[in-house]
Amino acid sequence: MIWQLDIILCIFVVICAIAAITVKDLLAAVIILGAYSFFMCILWTEMGAVDVAFTEASVGAGVGTVLFIAAVNKTKRRSKD
Amino acid sequence: MLEYIISKYNFWVYIILLLIGLYAMLGKKNLVKKLIGMNIFQSAVILFYVSIGVKKGGATVPIFMGDAHAAHGHGQAIIDVASYINPLPHVLMLTAIVVSIATTGVALAVLILIFRRYKTLELDEIIKIRKDTGV
Repeated sequence: MIWQLDIILCIFVVICAIAAITVKDLLAAVIILGAYSFFMCILWTEMGAVDVAFTEASVGAGVGTVLFIAAVNKTKRRSKD
Repeated sequence: MLEYIISKYNFWVYIILLLIGLYAMLGKKNLVKKLIGMNIFQSAVILFYVSIGVKKGGATVPIFMGDAHAAHGHGQAIIDVASYINPLPHVLMLTAIVVSIATTGVALAVLILIFRRYKTLELDEIIKIRKDTGV
């Protein structure tokens, strides 16, 4: 566990989380959520939880993003806040 | 005191993520934004649990590197537990990730049904339509 890498990844995760809830375009918010999931995956690999990182990369970032994009396609893309 | 706070910086990051998710769930009016907040909240809790299992000082991934035959033969190799990261929180949180994706899928299905009925995803507009029509 390298603490410099840990701090950088933690900052990236927080930035991605704040960006995902402030962007008004819902598709952009969903893509930023996917980036958040991938940063989380790197953070877990760095913490030594390899199995959790595998699952997060495939299920969380992959399937989750696809489900969100499908739902945004079926509904409206703009949001008011 | 300051050193103690800085040395536990991981926990502060989790608290910040948790509160970002909580704010998105309570403060945002769009339903997709609420769902994104729920996802952030869940992964913050999962991150907290995974970080409990981390050990300092040269502990590696919980994969047994020694001689596999000696482990269950008559040799009975002794495994040094302190040199491996605790895998129990990992296994529990593996289940939690899958459950969180399942709940997200169900929530998105409900969201599409809501959009078909009310033609909007903003919570205040939905409440207004429900008040006007008296449903």
